[in-house]
Amino acid sequence: MKNKKPNFMRSLGLGLGILAALVIYAYGFQVTKVNLAETKSERRQTQLVRILRALAKPEIFAYERDEFTVSLPVMVPCPESGFTPPEPDKSGPYLVMTPACADPRERVIIEGFNFDPFSTGPINFMPADSDVSLQLGTMKVDQNGYFQAEIRLSNRPNDKVQEIHAITRHNIGAPHLTRTAYDTWDKIIETVFLALLATTFGTLLAIPLSFFAARNLMKDISSTLISTSLSILFIPVGVYIGIKAAYWASVISGFLTGNPLYILASFIVLPLLIWLGVRVALPPQEHTRPPLRVRTLRTIILIGVSFAFVLTLYLISYLGLTAGGYLAGHMGSFGFLGSFLRDLSDILNMIITALVALASAGVFSSLAGRLGIVLGRTPEALIRILQTVLAVVAGALLFFLLMAILNWFYEFRNYVALHTYAAIIGGIAGLVLGLTVHPKASLPTGMVIYYGSRTIFNALRSIEPLVMAIVFVVWVGIGPFAGSMALALHTIAALGKLYSEQVESIQAGPIEAVQATGANRLQTIVYGVVPQIVPPYISFTMYRWDINVRMSTIIGFAGGGGIGFLLQQNINLLNYRAASAQMLAIAIVVASMDYLSSKMREKIV
Amino acid sequence: MLKIKNLTKIYEGGVLALDNVSFEVPKGQFLAIIGLSGSGKSTLLRCINRLIEPTSGEIYWNDINITAASDDELRTIRRKIGMVFQHFNLVHRSSVLTNVLSGRLGYVNPAMSIFNRFPKSDIENAYKQLERVGIADKAHSRADELSGGQQQRVGIARAMIQNPEIILADEPVASLDPVLAHSIMQYLEKINQEDGVTVLCSLHFLDLVHRYADRVVALNEGKLMFEGPPDEIDDAKFKDIYGKDAERVG
Repeated sequence: MKNKKPNFMRSLGLGLGILAALVIYAYGFQVTKVNLAETKSERRQTQLVRILRALAKPEIFAYERDEFTVSLPVMVPCPESGFTPPEPDKSGPYLVMTPACADPRERVIIEGFNFDPFSTGPINFMPADSDVSLQLGTMKVDQNGYFQAEIRLSNRPNDKVQEIHAITRHNIGAPHLTRTAYDTWDKIIETVFLALLATTFGTLLAIPLSFFAARNLMKDISSTLISTSLSILFIPVGVYIGIKAAYWASVISGFLTGNPLYILASFIVLPLLIWLGVRVALPPQEHTRPPLRVRTLRTIILIGVSFAFVLTLYLISYLGLTAGGYLAGHMGSFGFLGSFLRDLSDILNMIITALVALASAGVFSSLAGRLGIVLGRTPEALIRILQTVLAVVAGALLFFLLMAILNWFYEFRNYVALHTYAAIIGGIAGLVLGLTVHPKASLPTGMVIYYGSRTIFNALRSIEPLVMAIVFVVWVGIGPFAGSMALALHTIAALGKLYSEQVESIQAGPIEAVQATGANRLQTIVYGVVPQIVPPYISFTMYRWDINVRMSTIIGFAGGGGIGFLLQQNINLLNYRAASAQMLAIAIVVASMDYLSSKMREKIV
Repeated sequence: MLKIKNLTKIYEGGVLALDNVSFEVPKGQFLAIIGLSGSGKSTLLRCINRLIEPTSGEIYWNDINITAASDDELRTIRRKIGMVFQHFNLVHRSSVLTNVLSGRLGYVNPAMSIFNRFPKSDIENAYKQLERVGIADKAHSRADELSGGQQQRVGIARAMIQNPEIILADEPVASLDPVLAHSIMQYLEKINQEDGVTVLCSLHFLDLVHRYADRVVALNEGKLMFEGPPDEIDDAKFKDIYGKDAERVG
């Protein structure tokens, strides 16, 4: 009870708090330009009503309309002899004006008889000397087929007989879908698939990346300075070798594809070689560690197998391109399947080099790390020298590469000097680390990767997809392709973060149990982590699809295709009924996807 | 033979969980580890297979220094040390069979295991282990469909498929009712006696200790308070282990 504040002070604090809140809201009102006078003005209110009514009537169905004109001869102004209109045919609809003739701009009463009950339409003035029709007012027929309207005559004096037309329109036949409805259907389909592609590709990349951004998986990863330096040094080496290997594979595949027989032979020999290699190099289980000679041999076989695999990928992509191109031209309305095959093969062909470079960088880096562990068993003095040298080189390389990235963006004028400075600073940082860090001390490599990937996710996520769409529109042109690329990139960042947080919240027990059996890190993830994250991953992916559908409306504003393009056009044309149809389509898609995802979760969880 | 020498563990934040603990476990022994909650039993067991890195001290197993092993060596050591947990630690959404087979992960080819491919012999062995603990019919159920006692039996099968020389059991019966507790302890006893597996088992109840253990190690606030056969725990020793205010029941 001692540390409880006196009652008075608490009340004072509360009072000041309320006062502060009031000031904050007052300022908020000013900043957001709250203007109540506008809301009360009649002009604004009529406009509001008009827009709301238009929005409430999405332009989906329309009737064929039949137009029926009832005409009445009039004289404007009245001739001196007076004017009596001819007796109308009272068996059908007819009009009567009171008085029968009048001066221009004079108010008169128009009455109609025998019209279709409840029909509406314009009342037009048809001047004698031109083809225009001037709308004077509208008629609203009552249940007896009668209407009365007070109108003001047009200022078109003429001594000839002029006419007043009452045009009734009525719907005939069943309602049909409007042009807007067809356009909306086309675009909403485009939008759903745009979102599907963006979500699929985004998810495929976000899943592996999310593991790097999960603290509980990364915090145990640590390595000595010597291993870390070696790993860093061998990343560029791996990338270089990977690119070279991919290049040679593409050259060989180019040679093989010259002859159909060679292709056939390769498709028999290569898979056989891969299968054999895997059988020999990856025995199902081992109780003792094989000698170094055997392990080296296996590594060489695996390298050969990997090369054969890359070669096979190139051949597959070549076949796909050829077959897809052929099918696209010969399958008629199913030609899109051929184009799909061709595009997939093209994507494969495009990404093989990147994949091989990435994989080779990973392999070389991890092998170098292992070399570091072996080197770590040498006498301490030697390690100190080694780690210092390696840390200096690695630091210099790392900073050099960072500077190269910066230079790419900013195109520095004195880039040679800047690169040298960067390398020197990196080298000094490496030197300091190499001299101070204990050779056996483990550096938190995992946490560095964790913070790195988090930062990248956050940076990417904070860039609006709209901006990304603009960049991609510049790259691949206006259309849904640019939109799906922009959304895919944003999906990677957003899902990467959400996924990684799911990984962080799983039960630690099963992971511990799998680790205790002697499983390695990858096995632990596959057996301990993956089964636990399947349900949240699925629901997040579905949710993301839903977000992407809604976001693609915004993307369309920047030329990213999808329904947004149509929506924006109609809003700009003040065609609110059409815009309303598009909004309705989006709402239906989002609602049905929500239903679908909840069903799927029920099935899988 | 498992030899623990001057083992100390200080957690981040300075909590002293193990304080210079040394003892030996001969091959084939059923050793019970007792002590209050927080006395360091779990930490001790997890230091043995290095799920927790000890701060200092050494652990020797058949003259291999576990504490100095590299990551690769450690995995080879771990596959010979099975572990059973208080909360079973099964992967709930996987099948019972997959949970048992995950005990072979240290042996099988990593590349194949990623695609859930296990050698035929392992799959047969998994059925055999499930049969041994009496739940062969549940092999294809999801793990979370099983009752607590059944889940712990899956946990034992998972440890046994490792073909272990040591089993570390971290309060294996603390989440189970007394009848189930005895049945689980009987499985461990059978493994100990029939297969000659060394068992290190932390326990709460002294009657279980008397009934199953060959020898007892007692911890209090990370210090080794007692080492010897269960019968030697008299009232004075009891108060050393569980504190002055503790009362013996049963």
